[in-house]
Amino acid sequence: MTWFLAEHYPVLVIVISMFAAFTILIAGGVNKKVAFPISLATIFIQLLMAFSMLKRVLAEGPIHYQLGGWAPPWGIEYVIDTFNAYVLIVILLLSFICVIYSKRSVEKELPLKIVPFYSVLQLLITGLCGIVVTGDIFNLYVFLEISALASYALIAVAGGRSLKASYNYVIMGSMGACFYLLGAGFLYAVTGTLNMADLSALLPPLYGNRAVQAAFVFFAVGMSIKMALFPLHVWQPDAYTYAPSTVSAIIAATMSKVSVYALIRVIFSVFTIEFLQSYVGIELALCWIAAIGIIAGSVLAIQQTKLKRMLAYSSIAQIGYIVLGIGLAPISAWGLVGAIAHILNHAITKGCLFLAAGAFIYKLNLWDIKDFEGLGKKMPFASAAFTLAAIAMIGVPPCTGFATKLFLLFASLEATATMPISGYAFVVILMISTLLNIAYFWRIVDRIYFVNSGNGHHHDTKKADVPLSMVVPMLLLAVLCIVVGILWLTGVFAPMMDQMLCELGVPGGMPQW
Amino acid sequence: MVDMLTPLLVLLCPLIAAPLIFMLGKWPNIREGVAITASIATFSLVLSMIRPVLDGDVIRCTFSQTLLPGLGIGLKVDAFGMLFALTSSSLWILVTFYSIGYMRSLKEHAQTRFYFSFALAIFGALGIAMSSNLLTLFIFYEILTVSTYALVVHDQTAEALSAGHKYFAYLLTSGCFFLFGLVMVYYLTGTTDFTNGGIAALAALNPAHKWTLIILFVCFLLGFLKVAWMPFHSWLPAAMVAPTPVSALLHAVAVVKAGVFGIVRIVCFIYGVDLMTSLGLGLLLACIAGFTMIVSNLFAIGQDNLKRRLAYSTINQLSYILLGAALLTEPGIRGAMMHIPFHGYMKITLFMCAGAIMVATGKKNISEMGGIGKTMPITMLAFTIGALGMCGIPPAVGFISKWYLCMGTYVAYETISPVMIIFLFVLLIASLLDVVYFFPILHTAFFKEPEGAVAEPKVKESTSLVVIPLAITAIFSVIFFLAFILRPVEMLAPYVDMLSMHIYDLVDVAIGDVIPS
Repeated sequence: MTWFLAEHYPVLVIVISMFAAFTILIAGGVNKKVAFPISLATIFIQLLMAFSMLKRVLAEGPIHYQLGGWAPPWGIEYVIDTFNAYVLIVILLLSFICVIYSKRSVEKELPLKIVPFYSVLQLLITGLCGIVVTGDIFNLYVFLEISALASYALIAVAGGRSLKASYNYVIMGSMGACFYLLGAGFLYAVTGTLNMADLSALLPPLYGNRAVQAAFVFFAVGMSIKMALFPLHVWQPDAYTYAPSTVSAIIAATMSKVSVYALIRVIFSVFTIEFLQSYVGIELALCWIAAIGIIAGSVLAIQQTKLKRMLAYSSIAQIGYIVLGIGLAPISAWGLVGAIAHILNHAITKGCLFLAAGAFIYKLNLWDIKDFEGLGKKMPFASAAFTLAAIAMIGVPPCTGFATKLFLLFASLEATATMPISGYAFVVILMISTLLNIAYFWRIVDRIYFVNSGNGHHHDTKKADVPLSMVVPMLLLAVLCIVVGILWLTGVFAPMMDQMLCELGVPGGMPQW
Repeated sequence: MVDMLTPLLVLLCPLIAAPLIFMLGKWPNIREGVAITASIATFSLVLSMIRPVLDGDVIRCTFSQTLLPGLGIGLKVDAFGMLFALTSSSLWILVTFYSIGYMRSLKEHAQTRFYFSFALAIFGALGIAMSSNLLTLFIFYEILTVSTYALVVHDQTAEALSAGHKYFAYLLTSGCFFLFGLVMVYYLTGTTDFTNGGIAALAALNPAHKWTLIILFVCFLLGFLKVAWMPFHSWLPAAMVAPTPVSALLHAVAVVKAGVFGIVRIVCFIYGVDLMTSLGLGLLLACIAGFTMIVSNLFAIGQDNLKRRLAYSTINQLSYILLGAALLTEPGIRGAMMHIPFHGYMKITLFMCAGAIMVATGKKNISEMGGIGKTMPITMLAFTIGALGMCGIPPAVGFISKWYLCMGTYVAYETISPVMIIFLFVLLIASLLDVVYFFPILHTAFFKEPEGAVAEPKVKESTSLVVIPLAITAIFSVIFFLAFILRPVEMLAPYVDMLSMHIYDLVDVAIGDVIPS
């Protein structure tokens, strides 16, 4: 079966999204009710395209698409390999689910801004998809800016405190983008090309070059700001807390993942794994920063009183997991498996948590954890979804978090062969982080279901669950938390992962013991 | 090896029942009907697997997809797993009836949540019984921990919550050690399958990596804190704030048994008896068990709350099983394996009696129970049988497992090391201490006058839904004993074996797996 215009999907996936953004703006001026269906339909079509591309890539290998027919050194090239297609599906799937959820939520939170909201949201998705499909480091920067500008607007859309949060993000995000641009500039100065494939071919003799090494550090720092890796996370808690519920979920689930994607892409497709191995010490530095981030994020999360803020700090810790995986990759392929798996796992889990947090705010305007008493009775579905996702986040088997933890444990143990102290330290840190996760998630589950301090006004146990269009996305994600975990553990994704690792230049592909 | 889907079906019963129970919460009769149906279906399915297992087959149900060679999710039922599956599934039926009586009599709140979590916990316990490797065992082990949390904090009082936190703090921390151990075993050997006689690749590491193996074993011991070995036991008495059916099934049968089951799996099917002997780990485990046995009994003497006293008795009895495994001799392991179902039946009788007393009179403390033997004769008779079993006195079945344990110490003295004879005395002292704290309860119940002036002691048992299950378990505690005696009689043997659920045959097969003759 050939799909309609199948060979143009790499660019169509972006183009239709961008057109949808403007269509929503124009059509929404006539009737604001069309904004939501247009957005939903667009994302759905994008998602189908992504699946079709993944299918094609798995069968035939990477797709190279030359924009306007200009060959790479001059024109921009879009490259879809297994890793792109996978991340693209993660982004679009999460966006799709969040947009279903957004209908009622946006109607309530931003009744006057429905049309601009969906328009900008579509721009954000355009930017995110663009970052993922492009095979050109400067083009990646352009899409990075598109998505960043869209997200500044989305965070600020509610007004009030979110303005300050967005402003902080503008400053920090722009710095991150600048670092990225500097890195790209250095590489261009040294090699004279911006195409990723060309760069990876031209760079090997230049690995000792200071400019190349500086470019690497610029990329790493720039993307670390974007993905809120500790200690460059300061913009993130406010932004996640004060953004509208849907936006928090989409940004937390997809945007940080795309930054992770960009980092992995730059490290493995531009610099390649040999560079990491030759640039002694860099991988250990990454690992330790990540490890400190894991602990620090969790400890900070414990101190929070607001749910969304706590989830934001938890994200910081989880990003640490991913970066730890990346850092361990040169030593053990398991690290990269863990990092890539966690892109999906964390997106699902954190998406579900933010949606549930949004539901609590939507119905009862509950922000503070201490007010959650009796929620289990009042909002059974939202509470159940939250609890399942929390359990998955803690890493109780067979949920998503456990799969990641297992992969990273393998990686750390394999690392003990070359650096025993750090390797075992990472094992210990992973375990401690599990316990810290329990500490901060379980006190919420406790409040929702069990704590009964007898404050009078909490005793109205009238059910007040959110509308169906919000419940279904949450429960869907909650179920995915378990299903995806089982799929990882049973190795259903192993062939795909194997192909991904081969394309990213990991020798031997999926590790075998 | 036989491939069958039955193990999967067994797991599906509670797994499907749980959401059904959750959805049918508004109609208590239907909800509990679902729970009963699921428990009976589970038990029948488990029973249907006895025949092939007795024939020496191992029932497997593995998924063709695995994450890595040697690391996948898989189920298998061998004789030892069968013992645990039989115990927990048969008792689930009885406890379901009992909880209906108990929860309705006391008008407990949140009953839907209770039955829901209960079904999930049984799912975890059965999964543990039937897992074919450490990874699967770990998955179900953690499911069991998380699902029982809701049961422990059922009362939602400050005390229940703090007990719940303690429960979580101990057990999830221990889960980390377990996970580390599991990953380490995989890292070292490339497999985590339970293998008869132990994993050969692990044994091959012995002289060179002796200390790695020893540290790994300690990790596993810490990983199975559900055994509540001292000094890491305090979560168990604390968890007794839960409703009695929870204490009964979960803290006497499923949760703690999952711990001992895991340790026996590690000792016999991961490390293997030979490796354990040459590393001297038997002695380490025996010391821990011996220490726990004596100290927990001393603690028990001081308790006035009946359920807390029973909790300490559980800690003590679990260490019997540990000790049996630690002896690394045929009779010792036999005693340990037998004691898993036997202790389950006897301890659940005791807990259910404690609950029955609470339902009928509201009394929790032993000192208030004067004369209760006259008002609640059936309950106290059942209690007496259970208590006799704990002390290892016939006609309760506790005698038989204890006999094998004593034999085990003697064989260990002869074959392994003369030091092992100490544990014979430890066993005997512990049994004596059992008597010291169980007989006063019986004395109070039967021979003391009730406090205050009571005109005529009237028989006032609690509802039949509460009394009948505990009578059944008490009767079975005796039947198992009689079965042991009557088995040699050729004419009676088939009937007796059927009635005792083939426990002795299963133990024979399991011993054959552990110690190849």
